[in-house]
Amino acid sequence: MKINIKKQSDVKSSEITPENIYHNRRKFIQDSIKIGVGAAALGSVALNFPEALASGASDASGKTLNNIIRNNIYPLNEKMTSYEAVTTYNNFYEFGTDKEDPALNAHSLKTRPWTIKIDGHVEKPGDYDIDDFIRPHDLEERIYRMRCVEAWSMVIPWVGIPLADIIKKLKPTSNAKYVVFETLVDKEQMPGQRREVIKWPYVEGLRMDEAMHPLTLMAVGLYGEELPNQNGAPMRLVVPWKYGFKGIKSIVRMRFVEDEPNNSWRRLAPNEYGFFANVNPTVDHPRWSQASERRIGEFRRRETLMFNGYGDEVASLYTGMDLKKYF
Amino acid sequence: MKRIIYLKILVHIVALLPFCWLSWQGYLLMNDQSNELTANPIQFIHHFTGNWAIRFILLGLAITPLRKIFGWNRLIQFRRMIGLYAFFYVTLHLSNFVILDYYFDWAAILKEIIKRPAITFGMVAILLLIPLAITSTKGWIRRLQKNWIKLHKLIYGIGILAVIHNIMMVKADIFMPMIHITLLALLLGYRFAFRERQA
Repeated sequence: MKINIKKQSDVKSSEITPENIYHNRRKFIQDSIKIGVGAAALGSVALNFPEALASGASDASGKTLNNIIRNNIYPLNEKMTSYEAVTTYNNFYEFGTDKEDPALNAHSLKTRPWTIKIDGHVEKPGDYDIDDFIRPHDLEERIYRMRCVEAWSMVIPWVGIPLADIIKKLKPTSNAKYVVFETLVDKEQMPGQRREVIKWPYVEGLRMDEAMHPLTLMAVGLYGEELPNQNGAPMRLVVPWKYGFKGIKSIVRMRFVEDEPNNSWRRLAPNEYGFFANVNPTVDHPRWSQASERRIGEFRRRETLMFNGYGDEVASLYTGMDLKKYF
Repeated sequence: MKRIIYLKILVHIVALLPFCWLSWQGYLLMNDQSNELTANPIQFIHHFTGNWAIRFILLGLAITPLRKIFGWNRLIQFRRMIGLYAFFYVTLHLSNFVILDYYFDWAAILKEIIKRPAITFGMVAILLLIPLAITSTKGWIRRLQKNWIKLHKLIYGIGILAVIHNIMMVKADIFMPMIHITLLALLLGYRFAFRERQA
């Protein structure tokens, strides 16, 4: 929220409080217990608190999620974006095209009951209730960079399930080469859909190896709480090395297919948005540079990192591919 | 005569309202209080000042048609200030781009202006607006005489460049730029139709 022209010593309360809602004593104990149980299964798990430990009031008002495991396989020592910014500055055209629209309009979305349709080349197709879908899995916290194709970025503590765990349970067949995701279509609940700004439903897709990559997360929360509607409740995709528009929100359908799907933004402007949408500072959007970005809350632009800084983990997925062609 | 002065003061106040509101929100932001500038204030300021610049350009272009249709000849006395407010908001728009957005990174700024047609159009529109602002004084009107009218016809081209810039910069929701384009088409269309009748 703030422009850092003031002295660095001027630390304001808003910089340190909101992030800490889930770092209170009670939660610490819960996490410790959970870590004790889950650590062996997870491998290199370690609790690592940010330096600001002062427990304070939070802007957050959602339902607290319990038993979250903090996954520090991908540690990120960057300041998290404030809860307020993460939940009031959103691209979610189903609720309007201005950044502040989703936070104003998304209250009309009913996230329970919620059914997820699984179909295509998969051994366990069907209509799953969201809670049944999530319950078998442990919730993990992952602090990821989020780089929007519009050249702004955030750092967000997501809570979710590795998509690979979900997919393994659904048992896709060998014909499944891609996963296609769809957002809910409901003009009553999603007033932005009354105008055909883009063709509804919003569609996104991942290649199977991208979907199975350990970084890929199906998020159900942020900042230790259930996802606010404007952030894609009850369940949204998080693919941190790709532009934010790949992170499809309020998912109602996962389809396993053989051919590369046509995702919404590419359908709208194929010369501007690709299927892969990997963050790449060397491939500009035709209308603006992708070499730099503005981290929300910061004044000066910063350099954009290849694969949004996740190159060590994901670059091998694209070996031999011309990333200028497959942007 | 007195009435005109009061009306001019009123127009000044109305024209400065968006700027005052923006400044107030900026003040709130700097003091870490809740404000309307969103989590990305620089982008917000960019859209806000750009939209108001276009609105004042359109308003300036509306003076002549309104005068002729409704016979409000006194409107002409407000045209210069409307035009100068368009220049004022354009200047804020450009300053935001150069100072807040790119922080005087001239290499990056130049690259964007050259490489992105939308920004090229916007930049040309701004450059063309400068001579119009300079020659808006009574002295220049006298000195240039008939050429003044010719020179100030540039505003038609500036308007076209501005709305093209506007629609090209938008990602998907072209609702607002389409309103701007429609208004401009009506205002320029009126002139075209009127000219034909005279011929």
